[in-house]
Amino acid sequence: MHIPIETFELANGLRVTLSEDHRAPIVAVNLWYHVGSANEREGRTGFAHLFEHMLFQGSEHVGANEHFELVQRAGGTLNGSTWLERTNYFETVPSHHLETALWLEADRMGRLLPAMTQEKLDTQRGVVQNERRWSVDNQPYGTWWEKLPALCFPPSHPFHHSLIGSFADLDAASLDDIAGFFRTFYTPDNAVLTVAGDFDATEARALVDRHYGGIARGSGRPPLPDMSLPPTFGTWLRETVEDDVMVPRLFLASRSPVFGSEDYYAASVCGAVLGVKRGSRLRRALMRDQEVASAVSAGTWDLAKGADLFVVDVTARPGVTPSQLESATVAEIDRLMADGVTDLEVERAIALLETDFVQAMQSAGDRADKLSMFATLCGAPSRLNEELERHRRVTAAGVTAFARERLGADNRASLMYVPKPEAA
Amino acid sequence: MSHDRTVPRPVPGTPRPYHFPHFERRVLPNGLTLVVAPVRDLPIVTLHALVDAGAAHDPRGAEGTAMLTAALLAEGTTSMDGATLADRFEGLGSAVEVGADWDSAWVECTGLTSRLDRFAALLADVLRHPAFDERELMRARGERLAELLEQRAEPRGLADDMFARFAYVDGARYGMPQGGTERSVGGISRDGVIAFHAARYTPASTTVVVVGDVGVDEAERVVTAHLGSWQGAPRATATEEAPDAEAPGARTIDLVGKPDAPQSEIRVGHVAIPRPHPDWLRVNVMNAILGGLFSSRINLNLRERHAYTYGAFSSVDPRRHAGTFEVATAVESAVTAPAVREILGEIERMTTAEVGADELTLATAYLDGVFPIRYETTTAIAGALANLSIFGLHDDYYDRYRSIVRGVTTADVLAAARLVLRPASARIVIVGDPKQLRPVLAGLALGEVREWDAQGARVG
Repeated sequence: MHIPIETFELANGLRVTLSEDHRAPIVAVNLWYHVGSANEREGRTGFAHLFEHMLFQGSEHVGANEHFELVQRAGGTLNGSTWLERTNYFETVPSHHLETALWLEADRMGRLLPAMTQEKLDTQRGVVQNERRWSVDNQPYGTWWEKLPALCFPPSHPFHHSLIGSFADLDAASLDDIAGFFRTFYTPDNAVLTVAGDFDATEARALVDRHYGGIARGSGRPPLPDMSLPPTFGTWLRETVEDDVMVPRLFLASRSPVFGSEDYYAASVCGAVLGVKRGSRLRRALMRDQEVASAVSAGTWDLAKGADLFVVDVTARPGVTPSQLESATVAEIDRLMADGVTDLEVERAIALLETDFVQAMQSAGDRADKLSMFATLCGAPSRLNEELERHRRVTAAGVTAFARERLGADNRASLMYVPKPEAA
Repeated sequence: MSHDRTVPRPVPGTPRPYHFPHFERRVLPNGLTLVVAPVRDLPIVTLHALVDAGAAHDPRGAEGTAMLTAALLAEGTTSMDGATLADRFEGLGSAVEVGADWDSAWVECTGLTSRLDRFAALLADVLRHPAFDERELMRARGERLAELLEQRAEPRGLADDMFARFAYVDGARYGMPQGGTERSVGGISRDGVIAFHAARYTPASTTVVVVGDVGVDEAERVVTAHLGSWQGAPRATATEEAPDAEAPGARTIDLVGKPDAPQSEIRVGHVAIPRPHPDWLRVNVMNAILGGLFSSRINLNLRERHAYTYGAFSSVDPRRHAGTFEVATAVESAVTAPAVREILGEIERMTTAEVGADELTLATAYLDGVFPIRYETTTAIAGALANLSIFGLHDDYYDRYRSIVRGVTTADVLAAARLVLRPASARIVIVGDPKQLRPVLAGLALGEVREWDAQGARVG
């Protein structure tokens, strides 16, 4: 299976990937801006994500809420998302609406600020604070995705702080911050644009040039601080959180090789061996044989700078104590390190990854997003076509070596959620 | 080349043709129905076996049997234990998914075309020869009980379950969770599961949907090889009472306590219409305008105008019998009362005046245009074909869908709203902080306020 890829770069530095195919009359437009919560300054946690919300509030030629309306009226789907090191925006539309999608994205890349108002900022601040309540504060274990990076990255590291942000920092965000962030990070030379699906490449090039060619290059993105980290924590980090939950849940993280690196693929396969689907080791041992867990998963966060995280997530069955849960989980990882993994386990993991990959590549939106990801994080969208082969090259010896180097007692962080003691 | 800063708004080009994938329906001599859609873009095939064994058919007192039975299919056959079975499926790269909802049970797997015969053999074994090992049953029961326990601290699932409980009359199957309650699950025995399987998992009650890189004749050959000799009872005829009887009475507010919750999970709605109802698509368009889309009235009001919430949406649940119409949102605790008022106001407004032409075309253009985007994958196409069987829709349904949607008028939308929406008898369920909410809800004067704890016991 081969995804067609054509790339070019505009004079203003925008890197463009076209992937043409005509299976269905659908086209996906996808933009990755190389900015995420890691780029936030002190006192502005949550800003990259709040900013993402503001990008749906109109631009010079697009009214408030019109972005959503125009795409939906075209019969399209759309959204955006913010992560530690990138922010993406995407729409999939019937192919004869390609230009509308390209123009909408260009108008906000080139001309966002005329549409920004204090009222819109205040509204979206309220929306985001409700998003925080909904996904973090009023959800069992909801704080895990800010507590885990805080435990695993040192305080000075750009991945340490909360992506969704604190109420106080969100309250502090101003229109000046919006303007500064926009001018610094939302520039064509800090973005990649991917178009995937049913279009004519010559026409698409002309449209991209017409709508994006006139947008000025930025003045250069400020460098991130040095993000490199030693390969292990050097100790076993621990944090226990009392939460409004009924059963314990353990997140056990290890530092692992950054996304896309040579050593990353063994970590990826190890995640599948340990925690993907019914046949995985943790599922078999903790759910089927010992009945100490009701849910397990394992995998990488796919961070491309400094260090990635390899995370095992295990939820206890009622009656199982936090220490029983942790010992049972750790025993399986110790066993994997001591005895190694088998060829059959690695074959199972790779076969599952292969089917998942082919299934995902049916969707124009998924193809476009993955192409943008490889363009942004690895500098080459063509890496998408190497993914299967890179996974297939992983051997049992490689997975065992990864586990021995990276999953040991000197490279573990236990974030344990326990039920709050009953109020008197 | 010069770049014009004020390019006029793009106009769409000419739409390119799209047809829902062609499919063929065949019935094997043992009564099993086969539906095949050859989609030959990529070297994969999805097998989706659909059985008329959903939760609506649960034996009374043993609610949860359908979901447990489906879950246990993947936990071992008479010739392979659960671990071996998982290894065999996953070694082929095709993980098996099993499940049940109100109207059906299913076994699905997707794999490379070159391995079709092998994963079809495994899927057939799972359907025909489950072991229903006693230990696996106890484990699956334990996992369901754990889920029920965990839900006491999970406001969304709790709100959904409590809303269903109050929307339907006490004892109606739709008023209880699909997976059953602590009491009903505790009463499910191995004999009960075996009897349920024997009665309902039969070739005459099964449709196998095959979508992907395979021709119709080849698909028939493969399915016949593995399921052609399957024999079973004739198709079961429904003897249960209707699962959808509505709770009588005027509008109520049910407050489910989650002390110190920073948000209130709100559900507002009532019993609606069955999926096979002839007005379903008009109701669907009406719902898209009211609360089905980001740009719908309810979301623009509660999120973009008031910033009460991260999102607010409405839906009509498609079931063979009448599912619910339901508005769902989570708002900051302090604005619970005004949010409930705005929701009821938006429902009311749909029933009192026609929607604007712009609102109508936004909904119809969206539903029309997004149609091909919904069916990009073999699993999505298989799901769509399964729905034809589940809801008894005609085989040309997907060919006619877009023109029906385009033909809906503002008068149709008003009629659909008046057919379905009844704000005066809505059930309002709020999971939130009782201390903050008790006084404001009493002051709302929208209906009797009752209070419950997270275990569902009445406390006020």
